[in-house]
Amino acid sequence: MTLRLRLDPIACTGHALCADLLAERIELDEWGFPIILGDVPPGLAADARRAVRACPTLALELLPAQMTREEGARDHERDS
Amino acid sequence: MSQLREYADEAAQPSERPAGRRLTIGWQHAGRPASLHEHHQRYGPLPGSGRRGRGGLVDAVAAAGLTGRGGAGFPTGTKMAAVASRRGPAVVVANGMESEPASEKDQALLARAPHLVLDGAAAAAQAVGADTVHVCLDRSRTWQVDEVLRAVEERQQARLDPVRLLVHELPRHYVASEETALVRWLNGGEAKPMTTPPRPFERGVQRRPTLIDNVETLAHVALIARFGPDWFRTAGRPGSPGTMLVTMTGAVRDPGVYEIEAGSRIGDVLALSGADQSGSVLIGGYFGTWHAMADIAQLPMTPAGLRPAGAAPGAGVLFALPPASCGITAAARILDYLARQGAQQCGPCMFGLPAIADDFAQLAAGQPKGRPLQRLSRRFGVIAGRGACRHPDGAVQMAASALTAFAADARAHAAGRPCLGAHSRRPDSAQPPIPRPWAEEEWR
Repeated sequence: MTLRLRLDPIACTGHALCADLLAERIELDEWGFPIILGDVPPGLAADARRAVRACPTLALELLPAQMTREEGARDHERDS
Repeated sequence: MSQLREYADEAAQPSERPAGRRLTIGWQHAGRPASLHEHHQRYGPLPGSGRRGRGGLVDAVAAAGLTGRGGAGFPTGTKMAAVASRRGPAVVVANGMESEPASEKDQALLARAPHLVLDGAAAAAQAVGADTVHVCLDRSRTWQVDEVLRAVEERQQARLDPVRLLVHELPRHYVASEETALVRWLNGGEAKPMTTPPRPFERGVQRRPTLIDNVETLAHVALIARFGPDWFRTAGRPGSPGTMLVTMTGAVRDPGVYEIEAGSRIGDVLALSGADQSGSVLIGGYFGTWHAMADIAQLPMTPAGLRPAGAAPGAGVLFALPPASCGITAAARILDYLARQGAQQCGPCMFGLPAIADDFAQLAAGQPKGRPLQRLSRRFGVIAGRGACRHPDGAVQMAASALTAFAADARAHAAGRPCLGAHSRRPDSAQPPIPRPWAEEEWR
């Protein structure tokens, strides 16, 4: 299953561990903040999960790529 | 206070369906807010919820085709229906923050017709199942807070509203008027935007479904509740019905707030204020876009009409730059302001906006380091879309449009040759207004 990375830009403080662990999909801008380059194919899923777990501020999350915005919102509601 | 002018002069008789002017009836004679009595003489009483019933107003607003007048232009009926359909009691927030420095229309509206706004908020609350209306104002506008509080007291004494009206004074910041910032502040936090989802209609104030509307939008809701959607559509165009308030400032003969029919051509709107139409204009506010007036004079001032030019009406802001003024300098001023007005939450905005503001300052001074135009074009692409709110996107849009609209000036500046306008000493009214700092550190 293709996965989608979602970054919470407020939580992110630019530790940049994610860009090391998932260089195929995350690069850093000139100020050291991550830019997500695209969805995560199954082959990169393990690296993506490692990147998500490594984030010290829990700013990164992985969702199924086909999940709509509203489903994401409902999910969010259930979680909190 | 700015001068107030109207596009048509016919005066409505008490309680009749107003033709022409709607929100601005009687403004030319008023140096103070209309009292409740004057308000009822002007528009008649607000029909009780029994007549239209819960949900009836939602349908009426949808049928009227009203869109938000705060900038985003989202269909108001759709938003009301979304809040009404959620489970549990809802909340209504009237957004009167008007943090856009070149906009004065909400201040003018609240200073003349506060009861129209409060009518709309109370009616919307009943329609979506809310028992409380939070009116959010900028705490640096103490006179406005006093006037709105007085209007609320009048209504309480008259036992007018079946819902609670609470007036709040929020800190003044450009991004504090963003809807998630209002929710966060009302929930006890700082007036800074939040990551979405959830959107406020899903979970907002006190975790309840929350309807947030600009105060002008609510004033139109009050009129739709009285006179119905068919009446509302007698002004404007089928795709953009009703009237809207616009603020025209800068190089215009008569700066101020005007009520226009939605869909009026930009050139006709600018002519009302006596703008020098050989100059340039910033449309939509500090998140807006710059254009030579001649290029867009024929376009209707609607989202669809302006889309071909990459522009949007925003909150109805038109800032006119005189023909001989330097647009790069004007854009640099605005960008510097926007860079300092961020919430300091998201990296791309915290670091990206000061970076492009510095690029623009170098350009404006005609002392570029390296190749500023190439650097800016790269940075625009990197910064936009990466904040929790649209602050960085808006700033980038304004800056990028300046490089297009003032392309020849930009090239001259980039080559170290400032244009003539950059050196002309003009009165401040020729440059975009930048608010004086006011308790800038304070977010709560």
